[in-house]
Amino acid sequence: MAGLEDLYREIILDHHRNPRNRGELPPPAPHAVGHNPLCGDEIEVYLQVEDGRVTDIKVGGQGCSISQSSASMMSQAIKGKPVADVQALVRRFKGMMSIPDADGNEIEPDPEVKLGDLEALQGVVKYPVRIKCAILGWNTLLEALEQV
Amino acid sequence: MSSTALDTAALKQQFPLLQREINGTRLVYLDSANTSQKPAVVIDTMTNFLRNSYAPINRSAYQLAAEATDAYEGARTKVQQFINARRAHEVVFTKNATEALNLVAHSWGRANLQAGDVVVLTHMEHHANIVPWHMLVAERGIVLRWVPLTADGQLDLTTLAQLLDGAKVFSFTAMSNVLGTITPVQQLCAAAHAAGALAIVDGCQYVPHNVTDVQAWGADFMAFSSHKMCGPSGVGVLYGREALLEAMPPFLGGGNMIADVRLDGFTTAELPAKFEAGTPPITEVVGLGAAVDFLIGLGMANVRQHEIEVAGYALRTLTSRFGDDITLHGPTDTSVRGATFSLAFRGIHPHDLSQVLDQTNVCVRAGHHCAKPLMRLMGVAATARASFYLYNDTDDVDALADALDGASAIFGF
Repeated sequence: MAGLEDLYREIILDHHRNPRNRGELPPPAPHAVGHNPLCGDEIEVYLQVEDGRVTDIKVGGQGCSISQSSASMMSQAIKGKPVADVQALVRRFKGMMSIPDADGNEIEPDPEVKLGDLEALQGVVKYPVRIKCAILGWNTLLEALEQV
Repeated sequence: MSSTALDTAALKQQFPLLQREINGTRLVYLDSANTSQKPAVVIDTMTNFLRNSYAPINRSAYQLAAEATDAYEGARTKVQQFINARRAHEVVFTKNATEALNLVAHSWGRANLQAGDVVVLTHMEHHANIVPWHMLVAERGIVLRWVPLTADGQLDLTTLAQLLDGAKVFSFTAMSNVLGTITPVQQLCAAAHAAGALAIVDGCQYVPHNVTDVQAWGADFMAFSSHKMCGPSGVGVLYGREALLEAMPPFLGGGNMIADVRLDGFTTAELPAKFEAGTPPITEVVGLGAAVDFLIGLGMANVRQHEIEVAGYALRTLTSRFGDDITLHGPTDTSVRGATFSLAFRGIHPHDLSQVLDQTNVCVRAGHHCAKPLMRLMGVAATARASFYLYNDTDDVDALADALDGASAIFGF
């Protein structure tokens, strides 16, 4: 079906079918729940942070292929990374999704921060309604990090 | 293909937007339970009114203002006849059906409901017939009871008498916007009255598709919106029995709803102005009048018959093509359902489904349809919903089925 290849890349569908790091971590693990009230999508993020490093992450919730695969790829990308690098990755990812920073300015891509597989989600930008789906897990991650 | 009741090929020609092509293919608009498209006669009536007759209503003496007032009040009479209200002033124009239901809950509810008073709703209500009552739970301490559903998505009436025992209000939908279920409105109104409760009918999904007779129903209040019945957005209708409307305090205060204003107070205007504070959506009301004329011209019995045929064709086609891979929520008997279908398809999330369907210009809604309690009971966060109207035909059902095949291909089934 012409036009949708950019959105539904094979790697996205793979993460949708086989989401990575599914599950939960017991309290008192930092935990946040994100909702998209428009469509009912839900993402839960559980973190284990030791010595300033995300040593484990689990993802729960349910939703569309974009929200779930984005969260799955995110979990792979940040596991084992220092929190500062995670923050930089969130910023880089939001920039790719055309989301402005807190001051409303465009986020310049930082060449030091590698997106890897996450670049597959670039096609989402062409479908503005779906940007909220792609970003849901990342905002939930930020909320969980605030509890660290 | 057209049905026996309506010539949809000719009908589609009367809807300019349905002539639109995107990427060279026709539009298959299956989201009329959300909002309907508008026939040229409604668009033209509104344009002509704005070009030739637009003026304030009810407050100026010049001829133009008299013409505008006649057009506005003429629409009220059309609506009165369309729903068979006894008096034109039992028809109150609001911003939308949501405001109409809020008007009842706020004005009648605050004047008549105390802590512990029972309001009965059903599990298939839309948020507009839930949240205003929740607000009275918070403010007044009223108690809500809920009529449950049967397995096939109809109201389970086995415990209705107990639920209504001692209740002050029974407020329910005439047709579910999620399941397509048509409820036995007349029976429900009678049950409410037998228990001494008011019967409030949410007619949003019913009135655009069926013959409506508020007197035969015995409804005390009934709310519906213009935009789902070929009219413009921005105007809704509250029908209320005269005695009830007379006894109720006003809702919004301001111009038009007063007989007199003094430094120490005010007296309200007569019905229906009492409930129409401020400048109303004049052009939109005139447009609604044109929509009513359009629907009367088709005949609502014909519209209903057409949708029974389309719904039957949809049930047969989708079931035979996809078998167990598709779930169509709600009743399978077309005598108790309209042509609105919430569906689940091969585990593909509704968002993804609607995105793929959009590639062939098949427009369906994905989401919770403003009925989250019902979605929770169904055990789903969202569904894709295809809703058919008078301008949809069996070709549109086939287009939906073909698009579902396309979704299967992408998601690897």
